[in-house]
Amino acid sequence: MGKVIKYERDNIDTDVILPGTYLKLHDYDEIAKHAMEGIDPNFHARVKKGDFIVAGKNFGCGSSREHAPIALSHCGIKAVLALSFARIFYRNAVDGAFLLPIEIDETAYKKISENDELDINTEKNEIKNLTKNEIYSMKPFSDIISKIIAAGGLFKYKPD
Amino acid sequence: MIHDVSGPGVIKVFDKLKKEGLISVEKLWNPSKVWVAEDHFVPSAEKISAENIMKLTKFTKQYGIEKHFKYGMGQYGICHTLSHEEALVLPGEIYVGGDSHTNTTGALGAFACGLGHTDVAYVLLNGKIWFKVPETLYFKLNGKLPENVMAKDFILKIIGDIGNDGAAYAAMQFGGSGVSEMSVESRLTLCNMTTEAGAKNGIVEPDQKLFDYLAARGATNYSPVYGDSDAQYQDVYEYEASELEPLVAKPFSPENIAVVRDVSGIELDKSYIGSCTGAKYEDLEAAAKILKGRKVKIRTEVLPAAISIYKRAMENGLLKIFLDAGVTVGPPTCGACCGAHMGVLAKDEICISTTNRNFPGRMGHVESQTYLSSPLVAAASAVTGKITDPRDL
Repeated sequence: MGKVIKYERDNIDTDVILPGTYLKLHDYDEIAKHAMEGIDPNFHARVKKGDFIVAGKNFGCGSSREHAPIALSHCGIKAVLALSFARIFYRNAVDGAFLLPIEIDETAYKKISENDELDINTEKNEIKNLTKNEIYSMKPFSDIISKIIAAGGLFKYKPD
Repeated sequence: MIHDVSGPGVIKVFDKLKKEGLISVEKLWNPSKVWVAEDHFVPSAEKISAENIMKLTKFTKQYGIEKHFKYGMGQYGICHTLSHEEALVLPGEIYVGGDSHTNTTGALGAFACGLGHTDVAYVLLNGKIWFKVPETLYFKLNGKLPENVMAKDFILKIIGDIGNDGAAYAAMQFGGSGVSEMSVESRLTLCNMTTEAGAKNGIVEPDQKLFDYLAARGATNYSPVYGDSDAQYQDVYEYEASELEPLVAKPFSPENIAVVRDVSGIELDKSYIGSCTGAKYEDLEAAAKILKGRKVKIRTEVLPAAISIYKRAMENGLLKIFLDAGVTVGPPTCGACCGAHMGVLAKDEICISTTNRNFPGRMGHVESQTYLSSPLVAAASAVTGKITDPRDL
């Protein structure tokens, strides 16, 4: 369970998630201090462990910097729920076991509000909105993605 | 490939997994297939960046990686530029790098794809990685690009048409008589910015022009791969070269395309001619053609993307043209392109740039603005201090 931080915009890119000037940092907690600094300088102060980000299309577009999912996960973000994801952010999130990239549809995107409390069940592909007492579906993970998530990241995953 | 951002990132992943007892890293899968660039934070502006360079050096020594292109020791430069200048990647190969613009190198007829630290660490250790085979979007250019229109204008046009995620998870292939006519460097510009359309990779079929380009760099032994004659494409887009004109991507997105003549006159603070996208030799040549005998009206920087390009620019008189025009010529670096250092933008500063991204804060302050353009447009705009179509100079 966690609360929602919602950005009603598309193309939240890696320069916004973790600005380029901090790419020299490799201490995960230091990186986390600058998460979302591009559009939300208060993010690090207000985010709590287990919270969710909800956003529009093409979340995480831009660079291959693993700093982006690292910054979010080390702030406590458990999953990003977006209409769609850019490919490198998506696979970095999964392969590094930093957070869950969850694709949602327009209905869920519209209905979920800032501060709503959510509970996610990836086995049932369900998102429960405890604040509004609603249930939305999420796009199921593909076979390999499910297996890597279940293993706890690429290095723990044993190919069949 | 790793560089001074992804390299220390990979080292961190190894350290973490070693601590967890998941792996031991006594040796890498094949050090001779690995190469290392120092590009994002060189020359080091502060001690953390300097320490990252030290970490890279220690890593390459420890694991016997010989191809480490070091700042201040002969050839070095932006990783994607080195990939073609040094023919480090060849037709038919699968090449991954710890940088999103790894796509650039697909112009050499390779499958070239950018990955994050964990994935690159996995490849360094195991020599393999998972991929979903992408669908392909085919972009066909009919006819030769008109004068003053560059490959950059063509790829900006495409991104404007299909959007920032128009090629998400897909391969973008470029072909047609217009691409055959193009130099290898122009094709590199096309593949470079496939990243900005969300593509997994960009690719151009190998041809004699490419083989000659590689031979000039000492590479002749490889097995090119071509598309099947009955290949199925997810979509085919066709463009007439004669209809293309100089374009810019306005702030704050590469898909936010405008015709230069529709935005000409916008006042600028700076012109930046640099990066893997826009500081190859022919990019500098294009800028020099405009700047010859003229003076810049705004702060203008030219940063050749590799030492080999810098040297050719010197030998052929381009550096003198730049310096006479009032331009500052800097060392190869990713520098201000990613808002890291060396010429980042202040609040409210407006820059025209030959780079690849213009999201908020990309080149500095979150309230600075970047217009992406070809080197011709960036140079013409430097001369007038306003966004300018080179045809109107």
